[in-house]
Amino acid sequence: MALYEHVLIARPDISPQQVDALMEDITRQIEEKGGTIGKTEYWGLRNLAYRVKKNRKGHYALMYIDAPAAAVHELERKQSINEDVLRYITIRLEEFDDQPSPILARRERDEKKAKSRADEVRY
Amino acid sequence: MSTTKFTISNLPTRRPFGRRRKVCPFSGDQAPKIDYKDVKMLQRYLSEKGKIVPARITAVTAKKQRELTRAIKRARFMALLPYAVV
Repeated sequence: MALYEHVLIARPDISPQQVDALMEDITRQIEEKGGTIGKTEYWGLRNLAYRVKKNRKGHYALMYIDAPAAAVHELERKQSINEDVLRYITIRLEEFDDQPSPILARRERDEKKAKSRADEVRY
Repeated sequence: MSTTKFTISNLPTRRPFGRRRKVCPFSGDQAPKIDYKDVKMLQRYLSEKGKIVPARITAVTAKKQRELTRAIKRARFMALLPYAVV
């Protein structure tokens, strides 16, 4: 089995709960085909760099997949049909990275910085 | 240094502005990984118009520049980076 990274952009007008449901759906699908899911990340509703299918924002989600190629092909086919998914990308990885992805890592750092700044103001 | 003898092969070259050859930012032990999800890192290699800056300016090695180009194109596809800034 091979390691993959799947990132998708979902329509902005669905709720984060629906994105979670979508990710659970994918998990179930992969597990049925004998694969496993590594870490998953939800990046939240982000601004898109340009309009995609007339949308300016989208929910981003990332999942690490360890599955046979057939399962991934089937997943990609389903994603292309799913109208809630604006765009997706699947990339073959050599190894899973257990750190949070740069997007989440940066956000955490920014939050920490903002918090320390707020603390400074308080004192 | 002042005692070394200069022959034609080791003449001191004058560097009027002291400009040193930059080293590749992706080579070495502490080098950052090239990842299409790392938007802030990729943005350093884009012009104001959103074009990829040539390696001869950024001093990225050819191999790393190919990797970088691939990462930028992936980031563009996933709408993390623009194709063109108007």
